Amino acid sequence: MRLRIVPENTKIDFFRAARITFGASIVAMVLSIAAFFALGLNFGIDFQGGTTIRTEAEQPVDVGAYREAIAPLGLGDVVITEVFDPSFGDDRNVASVRIQAQEGAESVTAETISAVQGALSEVDPSITFPSVESVGPKVSGELIQSAVYAVLGSLAAILFYIWLRFEWQFAIGAIAALVHDVVVTIGLFAVLQIKFDLAIIAALLTIVGYSINDTVVVFDRARENLRKYKTMPLRDLLNLSANETLSRTVMTSGTTLLALLALLVLGGDVIRGFVFAIFWGIIIGTYSSIYVAKNIVLMLGVKRDWDKKDPKAGTQFADIDA
Amino acid sequence: MMHIPTWRRVMIWLVCLAGLVFAAPNLFYERVETANDARALIESGRSDAEIEAQAALWPEWLPSGLVNLGLDLRGGAHLLAEVQVEEVYAARMDGLWPELRDTLAAERDTLGFVTREEGDPSELRVRISNADQIDRALELARGLARPVTSLTGAGATDIDVRAQGAELVVTLSEAERLATDDRTVRQALEIVRRRIDEVGTREPTIQRQGEDRILIEVPGVGSAEEVKDIIGTTAQLTFQPVVSRTGDAEEAPGPNNEILPSLDEQGVYYILERAPVVTGEELVDAQPAFDQNGRPAVNFRFNPSGARAFGDYTAENIGSPFAIVLDQEVISAPVIQSHIPGGSGIITGNFTVEESTQLAVLLRAGALPAGLTFLEERTIGPELGADSIEAGKLAAMVGAGLVIALMIASYGIFGVFATVALTFNMVLIFAALSMLGATLTLPGIAGIVLTVGMAVDANVLVYERIREELKTARGPARAIDLGYEKALSAILDGNVTTLITAAILFMVGSGPVRGFAVTLGLGILTSVFTAIFVTRLLIVMWFERRRPKTIEV
Repeated sequence: MRLRIVPENTKIDFFRAARITFGASIVAMVLSIAAFFALGLNFGIDFQGGTTIRTEAEQPVDVGAYREAIAPLGLGDVVITEVFDPSFGDDRNVASVRIQAQEGAESVTAETISAVQGALSEVDPSITFPSVESVGPKVSGELIQSAVYAVLGSLAAILFYIWLRFEWQFAIGAIAALVHDVVVTIGLFAVLQIKFDLAIIAALLTIVGYSINDTVVVFDRARENLRKYKTMPLRDLLNLSANETLSRTVMTSGTTLLALLALLVLGGDVIRGFVFAIFWGIIIGTYSSIYVAKNIVLMLGVKRDWDKKDPKAGTQFADIDA
Repeated sequence: MMHIPTWRRVMIWLVCLAGLVFAAPNLFYERVETANDARALIESGRSDAEIEAQAALWPEWLPSGLVNLGLDLRGGAHLLAEVQVEEVYAARMDGLWPELRDTLAAERDTLGFVTREEGDPSELRVRISNADQIDRALELARGLARPVTSLTGAGATDIDVRAQGAELVVTLSEAERLATDDRTVRQALEIVRRRIDEVGTREPTIQRQGEDRILIEVPGVGSAEEVKDIIGTTAQLTFQPVVSRTGDAEEAPGPNNEILPSLDEQGVYYILERAPVVTGEELVDAQPAFDQNGRPAVNFRFNPSGARAFGDYTAENIGSPFAIVLDQEVISAPVIQSHIPGGSGIITGNFTVEESTQLAVLLRAGALPAGLTFLEERTIGPELGADSIEAGKLAAMVGAGLVIALMIASYGIFGVFATVALTFNMVLIFAALSMLGATLTLPGIAGIVLTVGMAVDANVLVYERIREELKTARGPARAIDLGYEKALSAILDGNVTTLITAAILFMVGSGPVRGFAVTLGLGILTSVFTAIFVTRLLIVMWFERRRPKTIEV
């Protein structure tokens, strides 16, 4: 007996609730943008400059005591957060101390770091510092820039590729889904105030890659069905394509999520934010390829007269005003 | 129909076999690493029984490439330094001054007195007393310009000279600046490499990044500070004649002199002639040593031309002091007791043994052409890295186990085939990483886990397609064939787009992120290979053997 997560021959009408799902997506995007501007992202030192010191001690972390110990050093904004992980025993208490970039210095000086370490050692003599990372404002500025380029560049490259391989309506639909995924993920990070650093950019691009993969599978089926059923209304045809690929979509998302779940629980705290972003992205990416990308294609409509020679043949540019 | 030519079968198995062979060393990571290190030692000429024994831990005829572990997994220091290329401009201008002075002085009758004016250190400002002859001075100064020796600056000269009232202003030309910057960074890179090699840590990464930056990654050191101590010092050593000694930092040093602080004595300054007798560039060796009183010191030896200059100077100036200057600080200013002909000497100061050892290293490796500013520093402790590896391993195994269970539950025997393909996929990723000498980082492990999830995607696409085809096609063989055929375009389109993002990540990302891009990209390639070729071959072989009338996918 085989496990069937999705029953055979589903006939779900994905457009029935189109208003609600599409509306929800738009609301989510608007809220995300609002959260981004109102709450801001909790930028890590990669994008903001500054120093992060990871501490590990036998005694429980006393954030207040840590803060008091560091305060006399006059380093400006110091953020201390306790770090939890199921693999830590009682005698491993981890915290992360973040110091803002210091005026006039490219990276935080050795003196500052050893002053902080000295102050913390007085609070708890057993304390050790497994990692110290320091990024200057010059580099962090450039990192932001290259991160933005990376995201925009990959969107553009994908837009171009999908446009080559499919009709332009599909390319627009796919990109709309991707933008949706990226924006909503950024919004979630703004709301939850999870540290946003270079690794999260990598996660965003992975989401983009995964989501497009998902979208392409549905589109590929739609392309095939467009040739097969020449008269079926586009709405039914897109529904049929989504239903035919639904089993695969759920199966692939399921296996990927299972693998990521293991990493999320067991992979350690260092990459948890990163894995969380991808985990969330797989869910939102699967949703968007079913509910966003197809809706856009339906709205834009697709040219169906494949067999007739197009008088403006050859270029897809001509289709834009069609 | 479901026919796969023998040569292709052989090729597929050969690729899988090669994957196994090249990935195998990673199973014995420490052993192979010890053996590799020992072999490197033997190659560099050192050898003893212990090293030979270590080298024999892993047979030589087996591949010995290992996956490099990134700093976040192994622990170590990561530094990004910017070379202060402008510093070299000032040195060039100082170097040009005597030449320009002599040229202009040769026509003193028309030009009058020639004096150097203070100003921006990257400019050379020269005043002549007969202001109306500035055109002639300009002409003479321009005569000193030399063509730029670089590909891009062809046809340009190295200096720009302009007149400002009675002053000549000499600057490096744009083309020369570019050429100089490039040379400076390359020299700095070389010096940094030599210094880190002198200290002898394993497999440091030292690469140029962009125009004027150097990326330094040293695995296994306790902190970035240690590395900075070695590479952050310019270590420009000069021997300069002493004019006088003073307690006033503001005292005017006089023309062509400079005032520098003493390294050890608070509030003591020396006025020195700016032009050095000899510089550290002429050193051929420096070793830590002890002076007659048993205090740590550094022994040094000059090359022949340095030895001659030093010998001549000491012979002529017996009884007067000269200063040993390191990075604009006077280490000591001994009085010359006698002629020193051999070209060797000793530097004494208030050193500790560590300091003298380090100074010797710095002098041997040579001075940096310009100072370094550190833009980024990261230290990751080895325990943190080890924890991450353990966590990553566990997560990857649990994740793979869950995926396999789901696949077999859903697709039965076909799920087993997918599992075999997934295993080969892992093997091939590790083989490729080892062969390319690529670096595995913590996000890289995440990339592998993600690949585990996504690798089955191609199989799922095919299997779902076969299921569909089974409803309509005539017979299972045809359904399998059609399943592969029709799923192919979706597999390719989906994976090409992911590959595009991996490529972009690789280009823009650095360090750990790049490691993620590498495993993700490789994972896509290997998963397409295993899904299209390996699983298919397995299915065909199974089918040929069993000849089932019906199949259930």
